[in-house]
Amino acid sequence: MAVQATESTPSVALGPAVALSCRECGERFPLGPIFACQECFGPLEIAYALPTGDPEALKKQIEAGPANIWRYAPLLPVPADVADKPNLNPGFTKLVKADRLAAELGVTGGLYVKDDSGNPTHSFKDRVVAIAVEAARAFGFTTLSCSSTGNLAGAVGAAARRAGLKSCVFIPHDLEPGKVVMAAVYGGDLVAIEGNYDDVNRFCSELIGDPLGEGWGFVNVNLRPYYGEGSKTLAYEICEQLGWRLPDQLVIPIASGSQLTKIDKGLKELIALGLVEDKPYKIFGAQAEGCSPVSAAFKAGHEVVKPQKPNTIAKSLAIGNPADGPYVLDIARRTGGAVEDVTDPQIVDAIKLLARTEGIFAETAGGVTVGVTRKLIENGVLDPSLTTVVLNTGDGLKTLDAVASGPTATIRPDLDAFRAAGLAG
Amino acid sequence: MSVNVRIPTILRTYTGGEAEVTAEGATLSEVIADLEKNHQGIAARVLDDAGKLRRFVNVYVNDDDVRFEQGLQTPTPEGAGISIIPAVAGGC
Repeated sequence: MAVQATESTPSVALGPAVALSCRECGERFPLGPIFACQECFGPLEIAYALPTGDPEALKKQIEAGPANIWRYAPLLPVPADVADKPNLNPGFTKLVKADRLAAELGVTGGLYVKDDSGNPTHSFKDRVVAIAVEAARAFGFTTLSCSSTGNLAGAVGAAARRAGLKSCVFIPHDLEPGKVVMAAVYGGDLVAIEGNYDDVNRFCSELIGDPLGEGWGFVNVNLRPYYGEGSKTLAYEICEQLGWRLPDQLVIPIASGSQLTKIDKGLKELIALGLVEDKPYKIFGAQAEGCSPVSAAFKAGHEVVKPQKPNTIAKSLAIGNPADGPYVLDIARRTGGAVEDVTDPQIVDAIKLLARTEGIFAETAGGVTVGVTRKLIENGVLDPSLTTVVLNTGDGLKTLDAVASGPTATIRPDLDAFRAAGLAG
Repeated sequence: MSVNVRIPTILRTYTGGEAEVTAEGATLSEVIADLEKNHQGIAARVLDDAGKLRRFVNVYVNDDDVRFEQGLQTPTPEGAGISIIPAVAGGC
């Protein structure tokens, strides 16, 4: 769809967003529902005219805003009155100071878990979808769609209903039952594709070029430049919740890699706006060994990512051909971080470790970040004397099958039986 | 060998708006050269200056990602379906 507009007068009102810019070659395009550069196929991202002026005044404006991502509306591609529209209003989730986990891992510089299981559909996806909903409204789409490893399908289904849009979402046929129910319950169409996530994604890319998909807003295809920006809010919140301070180290899960690149973008914006002190930070990427194309490329010193066929319990991270992989490699190397992976048993151990130390039940992706944090400390790569933030991007209730936990004992309802079980005292 | 090539939206300016075109060639490399003959300019969009597939282009021959096969030397049998797709879609 051609969009005619100049940068000074965008055809749609999306706050400080002024244009789309190719991350590869720098070519600029008017704001519209396009996602790949017409010159080089590179990913398009939002170019902004961000607020200038007194950082303290901006801080006060943000702090006086709603307790959700719209407090950062001046930094996002959304209309100024976004908070008045029907939306799931995600974000401002807890940043948990994880002292018991820190003690177990030997972290002395302060360890925090950014717990995004507290979002409306229990994963960070509500952040990105909320931005995509505003783009869909701006471009006049009436159906919201996506390719999904599960969490996104539920987030799109819920957000579409709240916004009064239709939805049709596509998932691999072998997802965890909890995620399938969560995607289906909102009443939109849910289509299971016989294949893995990369097959689903390819299908959606073809659908969008066909008249069948005309008029559809695919949050992670033709609305991807807008959608991805939602992950910047994780960076904003972490810094605000630390008292407008950058953490020293962040451990972030990698599926396509978009979230990690947008968190880096958000941190850089906060520095440029003068909202935080300019100091170095390190970004670490976390993958499951059974789907570790970015970790493999990092360790091999490669600049490109060789696709893999995923086989891991961390299905929300099971993207074998990650679109933003090369940029993750750039960021990990630029900041002095790393990309590491852990096995499925290590993921389960880490889920249980986080649960028993902090009372946080993470989905498998959270097991990946906690597991990788532990491994990076053991290997001397992550400095335990520095302030470290680990992301948990989803709720353990979505991946119950991964964790074989049950009762300590099953007894008759009498005190003798309890005493006999050896659990008293 | 005659094959069918699905053209992504952003390349349809080169094919007069056609979403699918036919091309000749026994390998992907030959097919792209033949596309260029009939739709001038299209090869430079798909290949970089060194003649390699651009890093944000995925190409499938009969449902197989050519990066898992033999890249530009992947055979393209008679009647094969080839899809050119922007790689930046998906995930988060």
